[in-house]
Amino acid sequence: MNYFEMLIAAIFVNNIILAQYLGCCPFVGCSKDRGVAIGMGAAVTFVASMATAFTWLMQKYVLNPFGLGYLQTLVFILVIASLVQFVEMFLKKMVPPLYKSLGIFLPLITTNCAVLGLAILAQRNEFGLGVSVFYAFSAALGFTLALFLMAGIRERLVISRVPKSMQGTSIGLVMAGLMSLTFFAFQGMIG
Amino acid sequence: MITSSILVMFGLGLACAVVLSVASKLLAVEEDPRVEAVLDALPGANCGGCGFAGCESYAAAAVRDPDVPADRCCAGGPDVAAKIAELTGKAAGSAEPMVAFRRCAKSEGNVAKRYDYQGVPSCAAAKLLGSPDACSYSCIGLGDCMRACPFDAMYMAHGMVHVITEKCTACGTCVSTCPNHVMQIVPQAARVMVLCSSLDKGKAVSEVCEVGCISCMKCVKECPAKCIALEGGKIHIDHTACLAYGSSCQEVCAEKCPRGILRCLGAAAAARVQEAEAAA
Repeated sequence: MNYFEMLIAAIFVNNIILAQYLGCCPFVGCSKDRGVAIGMGAAVTFVASMATAFTWLMQKYVLNPFGLGYLQTLVFILVIASLVQFVEMFLKKMVPPLYKSLGIFLPLITTNCAVLGLAILAQRNEFGLGVSVFYAFSAALGFTLALFLMAGIRERLVISRVPKSMQGTSIGLVMAGLMSLTFFAFQGMIG
Repeated sequence: MITSSILVMFGLGLACAVVLSVASKLLAVEEDPRVEAVLDALPGANCGGCGFAGCESYAAAAVRDPDVPADRCCAGGPDVAAKIAELTGKAAGSAEPMVAFRRCAKSEGNVAKRYDYQGVPSCAAAKLLGSPDACSYSCIGLGDCMRACPFDAMYMAHGMVHVITEKCTACGTCVSTCPNHVMQIVPQAARVMVLCSSLDKGKAVSEVCEVGCISCMKCVKECPAKCIALEGGKIHIDHTACLAYGSSCQEVCAEKCPRGILRCLGAAAAARVQEAEAAA
C-alpha cells in the first residue's frame, strides 16, 4: 500500500473516530470551539506519532524477544503515559510557545484510547517503524478533521433552535452518529 | 511466566519512574514570583484589551520582556499601570484614554427593516440570515456586544447600543464581537467622528439610510491637516494627526458633510452649541 493511499484511507475511509469509534471522549468533550478542536487535534497528532514510534521499539526489543506479547496493552499504557509526562516537561522547559498551545491538552490524552488504539493497530497490521509512525500521523489527522467538523457544526448549533430535551451533549451525540453515517460513504473507496 | 511478567512490568515501571524524576529535576521551570504579583495587581477580567491572550500572558510579558510597557492594561487605567511599573521597574507612561464608539445612526436615518427577526436574541444569529436591517452594516441592536462587555459599559436603547464613557475601558471586546463591525476604539478626546460604517457605494447607502455616509470624499478634500482618508470603503480619521492640528480648522469637515454624518464630538460639539446659542 503506498503512502498516499494510506493517508486517504486513514483520514476518510477508516477515520479513527467516525469509523473505528476510538477517541470518542475528546470528540464530544473538546468540540465546542474550532480553536480548541485544532489544539486538541495537534496535540493528539504529536503524541500519537511519538507514542507509536516508542511502542513499536518496545514491542520489537522488549516484548517480542521475551515472548511477552500478552503484556502489550499494559506495557503500552505505561510507556505512553510516561512519554506524555516527559514530553510535557520537555516542552515546558524547551519550547514554551508550543507548550502554551498544546500544554493543557497533553494531560488529557495521557491514556487516550485513540493514541493507544493507533499503537496497537500499527502492531496488528505488522507495519515497519516508519510506516507505523506515518499511519499514526495520518489517522491523527483524521481525528483532527472529525473534531474540527464537529466543532464547526456545534458552533452553529449553539445559535439554532434545539428542543430543550435535546440541547447540549444529546444533540452532539446525534450529530456524531449522523457524521459517522456520512463517513460510511467513503467505505469501499480504497479496497 | 508470572515471574517474568512481574519482573518486566516492575522493571519498566522503575525505569519510567527514574527517567521522569530525573527529568522533573533537570527540566524544572522556575516561575518568577513577580509574575504572580503583577497578576494580582491586574483586574483579572481577561478582556484581551492589552493585546495579550489574557491577564496572565500580559503579566508574564510585562515581567520578562523589557519592551512591553507597564501601561497596557486599559481596564486598570493609571492606578494599575503605576503598580505594574513599580513591580517591574519600568516607567509608567501616560496612555491616551480611549473609548468604544458606535459607528451607526440608523434610528436617525430611518433605516427600514428587511424582515422581522424572531429568532434567538443574538446579533450573530440574526446575521446568519443576513442583517435584519435594510443596511447590512448597521447596529443590529440585539446586544451581543453588551453581553460580551466585561465592564457593563454598554446598554441598549432605541434599537441600538450605547457606550457609557465612564465605565468603558476601550478593551476592544465589543469591536471583535460585533458581526457588523460597527464598534471602533477612538481617543476620548477625538474631535470628529463618522457615525456610519457602511462599505457600500453612495447610491446603495442613500437608498436605505437618510444619513449614511455616501463616501463623497468632501471631508477628505476639505481637511487642512489631511488626516481623513477613505480606507477599505469607509472614512478613516487619523485622530492623532487631527488632535495635533488643533481647533484652527473650525471642524470644517463636519460643516461640509452633506449628510451631516461626520459630526463634532466632546469639546468641539459643546463649542458649536454655545456659538449657536450666542447667535440666537
